[in-house]
Amino acid sequence: MQNIQDLEKILNSELNTKIKSSLIKHNQIYLKIDEVDLTEVILFLKTNSKTKFRQLIDITAVDFPENEIRFKLVYLLLSHEFNQRIIIEIEVKEKEIVDSITSIFPAANWMEREVFDMYGIDFKDHPDLRRILTDYGFEGHPLRKDFPLTGHNEVRYSHETKKVIYEPVKLEQNYRNFDYESPWEGTKYIKEQTKE
Amino acid sequence: MAKETKTLNLNFGPQHPAAHGVLRLILQLDGEIVEKADPHIGLLHRGTEKLIENKTYTQAVPYFDRLDYVAPMNQEHAFALAIEKILKIEVPIRAQYIRVMFCEIGRILSHILNVTTQAMDVGALTPTLWGFEEREILMGFYEKVSGSRLHANYFRAGGVHQDLPKGLDKEIGKFCERFPKIINDLELLLTDNRIFKQRNVDIGVVSKQDALDYSFSGVMLRGSGVPWDLRKSQPYDCYEQFEFKIPVGKNGDCYDRYLCRIEEMKESVNIINQCLANLPVGPIKTDDGKISPPPKKEIKQSMEALIHHFKLYTEGYRVDKDEIYTAVEAPKGEFGVYLISDGSSKPYKCKIRAPGFSHLQAMDYLIKGHMLADVPAVLGSMDIVFGEVDR
Repeated sequence: MQNIQDLEKILNSELNTKIKSSLIKHNQIYLKIDEVDLTEVILFLKTNSKTKFRQLIDITAVDFPENEIRFKLVYLLLSHEFNQRIIIEIEVKEKEIVDSITSIFPAANWMEREVFDMYGIDFKDHPDLRRILTDYGFEGHPLRKDFPLTGHNEVRYSHETKKVIYEPVKLEQNYRNFDYESPWEGTKYIKEQTKE
Repeated sequence: MAKETKTLNLNFGPQHPAAHGVLRLILQLDGEIVEKADPHIGLLHRGTEKLIENKTYTQAVPYFDRLDYVAPMNQEHAFALAIEKILKIEVPIRAQYIRVMFCEIGRILSHILNVTTQAMDVGALTPTLWGFEEREILMGFYEKVSGSRLHANYFRAGGVHQDLPKGLDKEIGKFCERFPKIINDLELLLTDNRIFKQRNVDIGVVSKQDALDYSFSGVMLRGSGVPWDLRKSQPYDCYEQFEFKIPVGKNGDCYDRYLCRIEEMKESVNIINQCLANLPVGPIKTDDGKISPPPKKEIKQSMEALIHHFKLYTEGYRVDKDEIYTAVEAPKGEFGVYLISDGSSKPYKCKIRAPGFSHLQAMDYLIKGHMLADVPAVLGSMDIVFGEVDR
C-alpha cells in the first residue's frame, strides 16, 4: 500500500495549478478542483503510473440551495494497485454544463444520467442523456432540496377511464416535520401569539 | 438467394420471471442474435435517498434493508460504519463478531438465491427447492436475533440492537455443520451438469480491463481474475482476525462466476465457524448514552436514562459536520455509502452506491452478439436485485 501522504504530495506536485485544495481525512484524499480541469485531472489519475485510479466508483451531486454556486459534483475513484480512494469535488452553478467523462470511464454513463435525473445537471458530449430512475414523462429533479418529499403527482388505476392516470398529490394528512431540536423554547406559533 | 432480414424490437419484462424483478429490457434482435440491449430501470424507485435526508439516523436504518432485500444486514453495515467513523465510536468486540457473523449469513442467503435461480433460468428446478429450504433456516436466525425474517433493522451505529438470544449460537453451529453437505449436493447437480455448462461456459465473458472500466465489483470482478475483496484489502470491523480465501475466476464467464459464488459460500461457513469458536463475551453496543439508547430496565429507575431514551427516540443523536465514503463487500459487490452530515440529527445527503447499478449498466456490452436465450443466463449471473439498482 502506497502511503497516502506520499500520494497527496505526488498529486500536488504533478497537478499543482489545477488543485484548489487537498485534504486527507478518514484515510481518503479529498481534492477540490476547477470544473474546467475535470476531464484532464480524471484522465491523469486514471492513466498515470503513480496514481492508477482505474475504477470509477460513483458520481453524485449535492445541493446547497442557499449557496451562490448551488451544486457540488462529487467523483469517487478507487485505485486497486495502491489500495487508495480519492474524492474529487467540483462546484457547479445551476444550468451550467459539465464535461462528461464517459469517454474515460464507460461506467460514467448511467451515473451521469442519474445526476442529470436527480439534480438536473447537464453533461456535455454525453452519448445518451435521458432520465433513468424516474417515471417516463416525469418533471422536476427529486433530490434537489426544494423538491417536496411527497412529490407532485400520484398515480392510480382509474376504473372509469380503464387506464392508469396521474393526479396531483392529495394527502389525508400532510407530511409532518417536527422540530425536535428546540423543544424547550416552545413552538413557533405560540411565540408569535405571545409577541402580539 | 439472400433472404431479406429486418431487426426486431423485443420488449423483455417488466413482468418476466427471468428478469429478476422489474427490469424492462428493450432488445434489438437480428433473428435470434441480440444486437443491442437497452435496460430501462427505475420501476422500483422509491426515493430512498430523499427519504433518508428527511429521517433521523436511527430511522434511516430500515431503508437499507429494503435495498438489496436478499442480504439486508450487509447494507446496514455500510451505513453504521459511516456514522461510526464520523463520530469515532469504538464498537465492542462482541458486537463486531456478531455483525461479521450476520454479514456472512447474508452472503450465504444472497448466494443461495443467486446460484439456484440462475440454475432455474437455464432450466434446472431442483436446486431452487433445495436451496430455499436452507434460506428459510437462515432467515429463521435473522428472525430470532432481530424479530424479522427480512427487514432486520438490527445494526446500529456503535454495535447491534440486542444480544443473541440463548442457544442461537449452537443452532447456527449446527447449521454450519450441515450446510457444506448441501453445497455439495448443489454442486453435484450443477457443476458438471452438461446442460448447465452448455448454457453458462463462455457466455457473458468479461475481460479484466472491461471489468475495471465498467466499475464492476464483487464476484463480477473476481470472476474475471482480479483478486479484490474489501474484506481483505480494506478490512472493516474485525475481518482481519479471520482466515479465509478469496476465490478468483479465470475466464470471466457466467460459469466462473457461479463457481466463485459456490466457493464463497464455503468460505462464509468457515468465517461463521471461526466467529462461533471465538465469540467474545461483553457488551453488544457502545456505552455512550448520547448515541445508544439505555436498557429498558434503567429507564424505570434512572432519570438520566429516561431523558436519554426520550431524546434519542425523538430528536435522535446528532452527527458532527463531515463527509465520508465507506464501503463494504456486500454479496453482490462494493456497497458504499457517501454520507454528508451537517451537525443535525438528520443526514444532509446520503448517496448509496449499489453494485448492481454498474453491473446492469454493462448489459449492452455483455449481451451484444449473444443469442436471445442467453439473456436470462447473463442477467442471472450478474446477480441483479432491483431493490438496490432502483433505490
